[in-house]
Amino acid sequence: MLEVRAAGGLLAPVDERAARAQLRRQIAALEAQITDALISSFPHGGPQTAARSADGPRVLSLGELEAVRDALAARLAEARAALAERGRREEAGRALLERMLLEPGRHKFVRVANRDLGERGCGVWQVRPRLGLIGMLMGWWQVKLSSGCPLAS
Amino acid sequence: MTAGDPTLDEGWVARELADEYPDLRLVSTTAPPPGARSSRALRERLALLADRFHGARALTIRREPVPAAYRAFFRHIGLDPDMERTPVEAAVLDRLVQGGFTSRGTLDDALLIALVETGVPVWAIDDERLDGPLGLRTARAGERLGEGEYAPDLAPGRLVVADADDAVAVLFGDIAPSRRPGRDTARLRLFTVAVPGVPELHIEEALLGCADALSE
Repeated sequence: MLEVRAAGGLLAPVDERAARAQLRRQIAALEAQITDALISSFPHGGPQTAARSADGPRVLSLGELEAVRDALAARLAEARAALAERGRREEAGRALLERMLLEPGRHKFVRVANRDLGERGCGVWQVRPRLGLIGMLMGWWQVKLSSGCPLAS
Repeated sequence: MTAGDPTLDEGWVARELADEYPDLRLVSTTAPPPGARSSRALRERLALLADRFHGARALTIRREPVPAAYRAFFRHIGLDPDMERTPVEAAVLDRLVQGGFTSRGTLDDALLIALVETGVPVWAIDDERLDGPLGLRTARAGERLGEGEYAPDLAPGRLVVADADDAVAVLFGDIAPSRRPGRDTARLRLFTVAVPGVPELHIEEALLGCADALSE
């Protein structure tokens, strides 16, 4: 049993088992949220995993449950930050691609990879001159999407 | 369940565990010993099941209610399911690596079918080497997994599956070698561990489905 100081200055007993049950509920909720984060971040890697436990299955103490909960919360925060950062990068990439398509002449030779847009595949959007050197001199610019992944060497 | 179906036996759970995990259960049933080689029907079922598990499913399965319940319970008992995978996740990962569910004999195939169809792990031990009903408890000081001088030590407090006398398996871990089914096994004891959040229907389906597959 834990003891906490009550308002009157007396020590009041607190059921440690109830606290452990509460921590288990928090751990289950965090686990579900980490799973969602992992699935959302696929295939860009997910939250980091912890080290293998040497102690095997056992009833965790309150302190151990708190450590598990805190580690999961940290992992979730890290995963969400990485997801948010990637979201920002992809949004910026999509905005840039839109500008490239609207005004290719102002974005000469700018490249945006599909990967940076959150898309699959190895395609790269690039502003290139139409008809090579002539297009360059005449200011004929266009956005081209390269197709396919490079062949394995 | 029909009159001919095997009955399910509710195992005991030590007081300290029952207080801590009110919905933790061990359920078991008996089954006749299987033949060594898998039948064509079992191998075909494995192949059909393999078709249901593609790369995306290997990732999303942990979001499904039963696998998610085992994942959460792993965390509750100090196991990291990303390192020590839950049985169903391990099976699905194996299927991806191997390109299919590999047949490894009637018993292993039946256990695998029950696992991937329900998400509930089932284990088998030799019923005639058991002393009393199966249950869950923590390991005692100085206890070992199985008999003999090479039997591994069990750390006190480790969660184990036990009969009246000895630990017969680590929870979600190894079975004592002396309790594993062998050629002279006359009757199997199939058991599963139900964790909070796993519906009763899945438990029944896993055990009865496994017993059924053994008779194919």
